Order: sequence, then C-alpha cells, then structure tokens
Amino acid sequence: MARPRRPARLTPFAALLPMALTAIVAYIGCALWTLRVSFTSSRTFASSQYVGLAQYERLFDNERWVLSLHNLALYGVLFIAACLVIGCLLAIFIDQNVTGEGVLRTIFLYPYAMSFVATGLVWQWMLTPGQGFPFDWIVDQDMVIYTVVIATVWQAAGLVMAMVLAGLRGVDPDLWKAARLDGIPAWRVYVSIVLPLLAPTLATVTLLLSTTVVKLFDAVVAMTQGGPGTASEVPAKFIMDHLFLRSNIGLASAGAMVMLAPVLAMLVPYAYARSRRVNR
Amino acid sequence: MAHIRNAALATMTATMAMAMAMAMANSAIAAGPTAEVIHWWTSGGESAAVKQVAQAYRAAGGTWIDTAIAGGDQSRAVTVNRIVGGNPPTAAQFNTSKQFLDLIEQGMLNNVDDIAARERWDLSLPKPIADVIRVKGHYYAVPLNIHMQTWIWYSQAAFKKAGITKEPATMDEFFGALEQLKAAGIVPLAHGGQAWQETVLFSAILANMGGRDLYLSVIQARDQKAMHSDAFRKVLLAFKRMHNYVDAGAPGRNWNDATAMVIKGTAGFQVMGDWVKGEFTNAKQVAGKDYGCIAGLGPTVPYLMQGDVFVFPKTASANAVQAQKLLANVVTAPATQLVFSQLKGSIPVRMDVDTSRLDACAQKGMAIIKDRARQAGVTEVYLTPDQNGAIQDVLTAYWNTNMTIDKAQKNFAAALRN
Repeated sequence: MARPRRPARLTPFAALLPMALTAIVAYIGCALWTLRVSFTSSRTFASSQYVGLAQYERLFDNERWVLSLHNLALYGVLFIAACLVIGCLLAIFIDQNVTGEGVLRTIFLYPYAMSFVATGLVWQWMLTPGQGFPFDWIVDQDMVIYTVVIATVWQAAGLVMAMVLAGLRGVDPDLWKAARLDGIPAWRVYVSIVLPLLAPTLATVTLLLSTTVVKLFDAVVAMTQGGPGTASEVPAKFIMDHLFLRSNIGLASAGAMVMLAPVLAMLVPYAYARSRRVNR
Repeated sequence: MAHIRNAALATMTATMAMAMAMAMANSAIAAGPTAEVIHWWTSGGESAAVKQVAQAYRAAGGTWIDTAIAGGDQSRAVTVNRIVGGNPPTAAQFNTSKQFLDLIEQGMLNNVDDIAARERWDLSLPKPIADVIRVKGHYYAVPLNIHMQTWIWYSQAAFKKAGITKEPATMDEFFGALEQLKAAGIVPLAHGGQAWQETVLFSAILANMGGRDLYLSVIQARDQKAMHSDAFRKVLLAFKRMHNYVDAGAPGRNWNDATAMVIKGTAGFQVMGDWVKGEFTNAKQVAGKDYGCIAGLGPTVPYLMQGDVFVFPKTASANAVQAQKLLANVVTAPATQLVFSQLKGSIPVRMDVDTSRLDACAQKGMAIIKDRARQAGVTEVYLTPDQNGAIQDVLTAYWNTNMTIDKAQKNFAAALRN
C-alpha cells in the first residue's frame, strides 16, 4: 500500500524545490551574508576583519542617513495616504456607471505602466524652474521631497483605483437598495458601510504601497539625484551609493540591515496574527 | 520535387561554405592583440581624444574594442563588477586616485613595473601622481595625462561688459571682480549644483586662501587641529560667500552646461578643471582671445593635479597580457600623449613633448608643474572614495542649507576623523 503513495507525495516537493532553493539561498542566504558584512570593515570587497557595531555607530552619526530615514517616513505617510484617498475617490467616481468607463479606467491606470525612471524624468522636466511658472519646490531644500510624492502618487494612484474598483464591484447591490430605503446619503454609505467591507482589499493595497515606499530609489535618482545637496536623500539611495560609488559595502550593509529591521518588525506580528486567524 | 529539394540543399551548403570561408578570412585579418577598454570619455572633446588613442593602437597592429560607459561612477562600478565576476576588460580607465587601491590590495591588477622602469617614472613623474599609482614599491597604473582641477576660467566678453580690465591676482580682487559682474547684470560664477562640483569649488578656495601648507595638512595629513583652526574657518566662510554669486538655476546643472554659460558670455567665471577646454575648442573659442584661464590667485598657489590612468586587470590569457603591454606602450608614446592632451585639454605626463603644439593655458600649466613646491594632488589623490564622499556630503549640505559655520567645521572634521 505504501508504494503507490510515495510518488504522489514526492512530486509536489520536487516541483517546489527550485523555488525553495532560490528563496533559501538567494534571499535568506544573501540577507545573512549582508548581516555578516555589516559587522566587518569591508570596503570594495568583503573582508573578514570584525569591528562589532562600529558600522552602525558610523551610520547613525551620518547626517545624510538620518535625513534619509526622516525623508522616508514623511514620504511614506504622505504617499500611502494620498494614493489611498485619490485611488478610492477615482474608483468611487468610476463606479457611478459613467459613460466611457473603459476609457477612463485605461487613462487612470496608464501611468502605472511607466517605470519610475520615466516618471521621475518627466516630472523633473515639468517642475524645473525657469519656464515662467513660479513653482520651484524641486530646488527648495524643504519642499523637494513633496515633489517626489507628487510624481509617485501620480504614478501609483491608478493601481489603487483598479483594485478598489474591483472590490466595489463585489459589493452586494442589495446593500445599496437597503441604504436608499433607509434614506442614508451616498457618501455616508461609502464611508461607514462600503469601505469597511473593502478592508481586505485596502489592506492588500496598503501592503503593496508600503513595499514601493521602502524600495524608493529610481524615482529619486531620476527626479532629483538626491535633491539640492542631500535634501531628498532616501535610504535605498544611500545604500546604493555606498555599495558602488563610495566603495564601502560595510556601511551599506549596515544600512540595509537597519532598513530590514522595521519591515520585519511590522511583518512578523502581521503574519503571526493572520496565521492565528486562519487556524481558528 | 526531389530536384527542388536537392537544389535547395546545394544552395544551403554553398552558402554555408562561403560563410565559413569569410569567417576564417576575417579572423585571419583581425590577428592583432585585442584590447577591450572600459572608459567614461563620452563628452565631445573626450571622445575625440579617446578616438586618437584607439587609432594609434590600431596603427600599432591591435584591435580596439570600445566600451564607453557614461558617468565616472557608473563606469568604475562596471569595471569592478566585471573584474570580480571573472570577465575583466583588457584595460579600464580610473582617475589618479585611491579608487583602485582595493583592487591592488586584493591582487587583481597586473603591475606595470617594466614601463615604469623604461620611462623612469621614479624621476620624471610628479610626486603626488607617482605616490598614488605606486603601492608597496610596484606601479599598477599607466597615467595618460595630468589635469588641474581648480582653474579659474573667465569670459573676455563678460569682463569687457563689466569693465574688468585685468585678471584678479588675489582673493580680494577675485571677490571684487565677482561684485563688478553682479553689478553689470551678468551671472558672476557659473556653477553646477552637483556635490562633486561644490567640492571642486571648495578645493579651489582652500588652495588659493590656505596655500599649500593648510591644503596638505587638512587633506593629506587630515590634521584635526588644522580643521578646527581659524584659517580653515575663513576658508569655509569664503566658500559659502561664493553662493551669493551663483544663479538660481544652478542646482543639478552639469559642468558642461555651466561652461556653456561662460562661452556665451552670460556668466563671468567658472571654477573647473581643464577638461572644459574641449568645450571652448568645440565652440571655436581661443584661449587668451575669447576666454582666459587663471591657475592660481598668486605665484605659490598649489597646482591641484588629477588625471586619468589605465589599469590592467590580472588575466590568465596570454593574448590579453600581450594586448595590455601593447596598449601601455601606445599610450605612453610621445605622439599619443600630445594628441590626447590636445583634444582633452590636459597636459601630457611626459616632460619631453613639444609644448609649442599645446594651447596657451596648457603651456602655463606645464611651466607651473616644473615647480615642485606647487605640485599637489586633488582630494581624491589623498582620500579614499569613502572619505572623499564624506567631505562631499558635508560641503554640499553646507552649500545648500543654512548650516552654521561651527556645525560645518565640526562635521568636516568628523568626516575625516577615521
């Protein structure tokens, strides 16, 4: 009886093996290697001279790094909030059975098809001062991060719209009939009834947007090259600069570990909570 | 049917035979040592200069494969990745600096001691350059040229419009000239707002105001006391004062766009290396007539040297080693040195080339370089890329924000502490 069962159990494992190897060797293995390098005094090449937490001390002594963390926090909050608000509004407006809905959906989703580099370049050309229009945020130390927010929200709001629209289409139409019977104004229905129903969709969208926030690199490089001076520096750009241009992989690895820590801190409890909910 | 198929087969066989014969013939023609060279000489004057080197190499019987990558940082990153990845180029461009020190220490470069002995670099090369390409007694790079990073260029047309009759010869006269240009409505200083350009401007002020002693004690010896001194404080203040003479469109501007402003006469001065001469030449302007060059505001100001070198990655292939030796010979030949520097705007490394063929500014440079007391290197010659980057960060933050002078001085000293 055992013989016919063994091939059946082996096949799924064999199919999963390449992906498992890639995940273990490439992702986890490289993350562990980066952790090891962050405790050494590596420059262009990995060395085996351990210096303890010296790279981390140097990292947080570095004004450019601290500014990049500050910028990322500010950017993250604004980007996610603006994308959610604008995306939901666009989805709600399209959900009103407007004519040309297909065309409108395509237009709003089209920016997402552009890469961050193209988005950054186009917005840099549009916002460069000297064309007569007095909008010089892009060369202003304090306001330049907001220009990056504008450009990337323009790009990503379409994705939020598409996902929220799909969620809205899944709402039971009987709910609308009941709400109309009760005389509840439409905006109230959206805010108190429909959007809470869309909570799983919104959670997914927020997760996607969060990964975009943490990875923010190409938009900054294309738009401002780090801003006037170092005003629009972000952690990913700091790490990339030190990996290659500054030939200091020790400091860059320390930065990467510092970026990984809050991501893990948010993800692990979330994953644990989800697994508990499923097993319940 | 059969005879159509046979005819098709015959045609195919004939075509394949011809192709193979042509391939064999081609490989017979391209028999010289093949050199793949990674470089970042992509602007107008630079690519004209590297074409001359390629032609000289081909004339010597080799095959030149050009791998131009725009941007010095990107090009060096590609070079390091390829060397580490096991597919090294035959030669790669670096600056005369500590950029390739790690490669040397990991044993990834071939040394060029035979060329060094033949050309007697111990005696003929300026000391700052020789010191940075020689590690533990062996030479690891072949210098192609010598650039000076902190020339002060000016537009004769702008001078005439502002009523400036003579070149400034002291720092005070320089500020005076900037004020006159500002009053005449011309942009006094054409500046590109990129971190490395701000460091160039700072180096110029440090060299001109602080002289050789302060410059070397801050940049070479990294003496913390010198960095906290009053003299250095004055240098930082003068650097920040320059910001008043820069136009609003400066942030992010490329160096050649700033040179274009001087060429057009909409700006008076630019502080930049002598690679800008290629731009002036392309615009058909003549040194001494349309534009002028000042090496230093005074006869003792250090001549801050940098330059380009070729390094030769270690390789097992005998063909590649032969190509490296041939390339090194071609690049150090007097004719190649002269024509490369003419087109690039630098001065040759060899002292025995015919200087009358160089332009007026290059001749000025060659005369100054004979004075050993004025020979010094740019920041990259003495600092690792990491240290150089750290002071770049401090200087660009000080330039762009309203950081106090005390904080700037403290941060600068902290950047060079280790």
